[in-house]
Amino acid sequence: MKPPPLITLLFGLIPFTAMCFSVSLWDRVHPIVLGLPFNLFWLILWTALTPLFMWCALRIERRSRG
Amino acid sequence: MSASAIALPIIFGLIAAGSAIGFFAGARYKMDLEQWTVAARGFGVVFVWLLMAGEVYTTFSFLGASGWAYSKGGPTLYILAYLALGYVVSYYYLPQMWEIGKRHGLQTTSDFFTLRYRSRHLGAFVALVSVVFMIPYLQLQLTGLGIIVEVASFEGIGRTTAMLISGALIAVFVFMSGMRAVAWVSVLKDFLLLGSAIAIGIGVPTVWFGGIGPMFAALARAHPAHLVMPGSTQTMGHAWFISTVLLTSVGFYMWPHTLAAVFSAKSGETVRRNAVAMPLYSLSLAFVFFVGFAAVIAVPHLADSNLALLTVVRKTFPPWFLGIIGGAGALTAMVPGAIIILTASTLFAKNFYRPLFAPAMSDDQVARLARILVVIVTAIALYLSIHNSPTLVALLLIGYAGVTQFFPGIILGLYSRRVSRAGVFSGMAVGVAAVAFLMLTKRDPFLGVNAGFVALCLNFVVTVVISGLIPASGEAEVLEAPLADFRVPPPLRSRSDIVDLLLEERGDR
Repeated sequence: MKPPPLITLLFGLIPFTAMCFSVSLWDRVHPIVLGLPFNLFWLILWTALTPLFMWCALRIERRSRG
Repeated sequence: MSASAIALPIIFGLIAAGSAIGFFAGARYKMDLEQWTVAARGFGVVFVWLLMAGEVYTTFSFLGASGWAYSKGGPTLYILAYLALGYVVSYYYLPQMWEIGKRHGLQTTSDFFTLRYRSRHLGAFVALVSVVFMIPYLQLQLTGLGIIVEVASFEGIGRTTAMLISGALIAVFVFMSGMRAVAWVSVLKDFLLLGSAIAIGIGVPTVWFGGIGPMFAALARAHPAHLVMPGSTQTMGHAWFISTVLLTSVGFYMWPHTLAAVFSAKSGETVRRNAVAMPLYSLSLAFVFFVGFAAVIAVPHLADSNLALLTVVRKTFPPWFLGIIGGAGALTAMVPGAIIILTASTLFAKNFYRPLFAPAMSDDQVARLARILVVIVTAIALYLSIHNSPTLVALLLIGYAGVTQFFPGIILGLYSRRVSRAGVFSGMAVGVAAVAFLMLTKRDPFLGVNAGFVALCLNFVVTVVISGLIPASGEAEVLEAPLADFRVPPPLRSRSDIVDLLLEERGDR
């Protein structure tokens, strides 16, 4: 099978780094943002941001296939 | 009128409404097996979205996530991360899976292995492992349903009776629905669930604390350690978080029934768009977390954390509201429950028993066997849910540890021509054996790392090494081959297949 273009992988790695690998940087209660503990706020924020990055990946993949 | 006399009829009313929708939606279409399992691959984007959401968001997210937020705290956050990242991972192989599925008429993971590695034995092995690890998933649904009945009856109906009732409910539902029917029930269920989650996610903290912010402020004062990892556990720190998120996001679509839902999409492009948009749906899960965290202070010292959400709802709102929440929760357990039972039974009969032991079996006989298996599978899960009660999240993690062992065979199978049948077979065997060993000897987490992830790493290494030692010989041709050459043998497509047998008793044909 033809894999997706390599550059799209980069866009997937961004949410992965933010929500998974960097856990020790954001897993804390303070500062409380919008009433939420920081770790919960961070994950909610990135859940909302993830589609944006994947949408970019989709655009690039469509263009590369013409 | 007692409180349970209000709550219970509402729950059963919603269950009846859901079943009726399933029944009529199913009856409108003539169903052969392809129609039934993948609804003829004709769904559009909105429908597939609802379908996928309906299947992925289960009792686990409703009762399980809140229960863990209540009893474990911080580690529960892995659920938010893996839901979003599961879709991210899926972007890179699901459209390709869909394409192969379309070309060769695949219905399950097992079919893919049979086709790709040209080995019925490998396909049969995958089918067997799938069925074994779907049992904890089914147990999860039954336990959830039992809990709903128990709490909504204000303990008037005991645990065992509640489990038996829920087993019977799911079994009846199974004999009434197919994929298209399930999709319609999912529509009802999704709206109810989403509405309920938002209502209680805001309502419970507001009633007890005056808002979500004040609630977390109170928690941060009273139990600050509960809100971060490892929370109220000893072993679930950051290494556990990373390994668990990796395991579960990679294993997201390894369930035979979720993959079947993917094959029902109209195009590879639909699958891709889904992968982009779906994380947004999981935002609603945050509300369920709020309820679980509120319960820490509102209803402390519960013996069974699975009860946290419903107990706090019961203490906060009038009984009719508990009825609606319970009904939504019940449908949430029944829909995936039915899908799991159906998938497991057909998988075992069609992809395991027939190719290995009775190649001469007719489709009718396979269908009859599947039907018996529906009862056996339900009975096993029922027995397990009555006799032990781990947390719902723990049950799901056991299942994930098992089915994720398919991932190396799938991802390498899609993109590498070098990976061989022998490599995949031994990798998977080692992975499954490692999961069984680590789980049964209570070594999970293993040195602070999720045991399923440890097994997955072993699996990858063995797959690659053995593929180097015993190379593939012409197995990968299927990736580029023209259509007709490699159809999965032998597809059940006749009018006399399982669904027809299941429908027979309804007398609508």
